[in-house]
Amino acid sequence: MSTSNPARPLSPHLGIYRWLYTITLSILHRITGVALSIGLLLFVYWLLALAAGEAAYSAAQEVFAHPLTRIALLGFSFAFFYHLMNGVRHLIWDAGWGFERRTARLSGWAAFLIAVALTIVFWALLSLRLAGSAS
Amino acid sequence: MSLRTPMGRVLGLGSAKEGAGHWWSQRVSAVALVLLTLWFVVALLRLDGFEYETLTAWAAAPMNAALLLLLTVVLVYHSMLGVQVVVEDYVHGAAKIVTLVFSTFVHVALGALGALAVLRIAFGGAA
Repeated sequence: MSTSNPARPLSPHLGIYRWLYTITLSILHRITGVALSIGLLLFVYWLLALAAGEAAYSAAQEVFAHPLTRIALLGFSFAFFYHLMNGVRHLIWDAGWGFERRTARLSGWAAFLIAVALTIVFWALLSLRLAGSAS
Repeated sequence: MSLRTPMGRVLGLGSAKEGAGHWWSQRVSAVALVLLTLWFVVALLRLDGFEYETLTAWAAAPMNAALLLLLTVVLVYHSMLGVQVVVEDYVHGAAKIVTLVFSTFVHVALGALGALAVLRIAFGGAA
């Protein structure tokens, strides 16, 4: 018993298209999305440690202070800002706007560059604040 | 020319009218997360530090606790919908079902743990 209809039109395979940075930006939305799903584990661990009391939280603080965790957090923060910015870009597309070639390419650059900028600003502000509270 | 499958033609049931449900859920949770995550990022930057007392006092304030609870639940929901789409695209056959069930279990567990943690902080259970 076959349930497939050979007359049904198929979209061309991905490999047929000439590479353009918008392709990378598109798959980056997925990659950052999956990365953030993994980051969710860290977020829930943080909440659980806070809920479990002071001893558990200070153990978690050591985990978060570890250089590897710091690098992961930097990655997660960029993944978050990119997924946020490109997500808004997708929502605008879903509303029917921004499909012109020039607009779609410009908004791709904008999403990426704003995400990089927000990541830098976020960590700069956080470091400044923590340095201020420590002194 | 009909584009329906032979099976679809025989059954003649038409659309189940739920095809767009997943799509809409993903968008609506995305819009909610734009607001909730921006609140969370700004709140993190306005904290006086990440010491235990500072954080629990902040998270126990009713408005913060409510928003933190919403953030946790909507994050888990949006993540579950997203991972589902990715798995459906790249994993096939029996492995697809197994991966989807695993992902659903992990997400629901994370949602339960996260929500319980927020509530415990809010009600001062770990004082």
